Amino acid sequence: MADVVRRPGGARDTGEPGEPARRWYRRPGNWVAVVVFGFFFVNLAGIIGVPLADSLGTRWFTSWLPDGWTTKWYGSAWREFSLGQVFWTTALVAVLVVAVSVVIGVTSAYALARRGFPGKKAVMLLFLLPILVPPLTYGIPLATVLYKFHLAGTLTGVVLANLVPSVPFVVLTMTPFIEQIDPRIEAAARMCGARTRSVMLRVLAPLLVPGILAASVLVLVRTVGMFELTFLTAGPESQTLVVALYYAVFSAGIRTQQSIDAMAVMYTGSMLVLLVIALRFVNLTQLVTRVREETPRQPGDG
Amino acid sequence: MSAADAGGAPPGHAGSGPGAAGGPPPPAPAHTGGRPALRHRLAERGVDRTLLLAAPGVLFLVVLFCYPLLYGVGLSFQPQKGGGALANYRRFFGDPYLRGTIWTTLRLAVPAALVNCLAAVPVAFRTRAPFRGRRLVTTLLVMPITLGTVLTAEGLLGYLGPNGWFNKALLGIGLVDHPLDLVHNYWGVLASLVITGFPFSYLLTLSYLTGIDPSLEQAAATLGAARRHRFRYILLPLLAPGLAITFCLSFVLAFAVFPSAQLVGDPRGSTHVISIEAYQAAFQSFDYSMGSAIAMIMAAVMLAVVAIVLAWRSLLYRGATGGKG
Repeated sequence: MADVVRRPGGARDTGEPGEPARRWYRRPGNWVAVVVFGFFFVNLAGIIGVPLADSLGTRWFTSWLPDGWTTKWYGSAWREFSLGQVFWTTALVAVLVVAVSVVIGVTSAYALARRGFPGKKAVMLLFLLPILVPPLTYGIPLATVLYKFHLAGTLTGVVLANLVPSVPFVVLTMTPFIEQIDPRIEAAARMCGARTRSVMLRVLAPLLVPGILAASVLVLVRTVGMFELTFLTAGPESQTLVVALYYAVFSAGIRTQQSIDAMAVMYTGSMLVLLVIALRFVNLTQLVTRVREETPRQPGDG
Repeated sequence: MSAADAGGAPPGHAGSGPGAAGGPPPPAPAHTGGRPALRHRLAERGVDRTLLLAAPGVLFLVVLFCYPLLYGVGLSFQPQKGGGALANYRRFFGDPYLRGTIWTTLRLAVPAALVNCLAAVPVAFRTRAPFRGRRLVTTLLVMPITLGTVLTAEGLLGYLGPNGWFNKALLGIGLVDHPLDLVHNYWGVLASLVITGFPFSYLLTLSYLTGIDPSLEQAAATLGAARRHRFRYILLPLLAPGLAITFCLSFVLAFAVFPSAQLVGDPRGSTHVISIEAYQAAFQSFDYSMGSAIAMIMAAVMLAVVAIVLAWRSLLYRGATGGKG
């Protein structure tokens, strides 16, 4: 492991001149990290391992591992919970939420990134609140309103409810991204006679693509994993996977434990694929972008 | 107004003219054109047609976030069973079982957030510098995001249950002589909150930590500060505001615990958290008014805790940390 303080020359030796080199295990901080890390992993492996083993086992009572191995539970879970339809709903909801939130979010983020105007702080707060307030708090009044307008229980209702945290999420991730695109590029395009339409399509859009991809992948992961809002607004025909899973567990009894576990493993598997894709596009450590001091804008700038 | 604009106002009236209201006074009005057009004055302050692009987003949130929230507030003051505007709140705070849900939730959320923050610091320290396999380790640490509450709950029930691997291992080593009771109670929910909450606090801590300029630490090392002192006097003070935010976000996540309290916990007893009560009121007894009232109480308690933490944070140094922007 590299030393904490980077050497000016970038050398990877860990000893400071004059101080004897300390091996990594001589530092107490490392021990704490290794213990936290190890404890976390052992338990995580256990938590994933139990449903995984159960979903692949024939019978499992008090032994360490199931008596035999089978894959039949996956097939029976697929039929029993009509997972084909559930997966289709989940994909439809997720794609609709991503598309709408990107369209609304990116345009708003552009305005917020390029203009300083009176009341900007209030607008930023409006975009921050749905992310800070946990879904269940505003979900209950939101679901009540959606029931009033007969939208709850339909696919539209589920999409609308899921958009509430997604739009601000896109705005907040895209605003710093757009800020770093030099406004002079747009100005130059206009100087060369480009109309608004071609500035948008041929100058801005290609520059925005990486940011839009990152934001959409994160919104996708969030929407597929969003339990509370979907739970409060979904009807029997508009359940996403995570809600169907909850109902399968909560109304257990006639269901076999193994098929529920098989369903849970399928859910985690699909989420894992999405996460690995997301990590390819997004540097997660840069999610927190520091609010920089506003640079005074020149009138007529941008 | 036209009198003041046209023909040069007398000096005594210059300050009180209508043009002085709102914003910097416009340049001395020319005889012919009057003040610059409204459109120009607005554009100078950043209000122009580009701003219209923000309209759909703002409108959307006003309709689907602010309106339901205000509707909920209004609804909470119109109890279904009558008894005055505050009847719901009186009922909540008058009933020890309902009132107790606040304490039950805090007892779960505060330790969970603390554990997540404190565990995230050493792990983030270890993984901030590049090393071989860093990507894999980071991915593994973030992985619990994908588990979802239900698989976590199922896993915990099997893993920590009386016949689970955890108890088997403890019995095998001889640490305990009868299986520990870890599920369907407080501990199961706490474990679930830690597992699902840790990735978030780790990611936040890591990004705050990598935002601190390494040259500050190098300077301290040059001046002879030991590693321990560098941590105590350089990194920790710079990290503390970020940790406060991390704590707030983990707390908010943990405070709204719902599925795991239902599945791994003891939803009628020791983990009867406030969100279960709100859900049951609104969607099982169909008392939307009471449900909204409880949701509002929930938001108020949460905001109170966040406000306390942020007030403490405002006492800390919050200047630039000189790292990446």
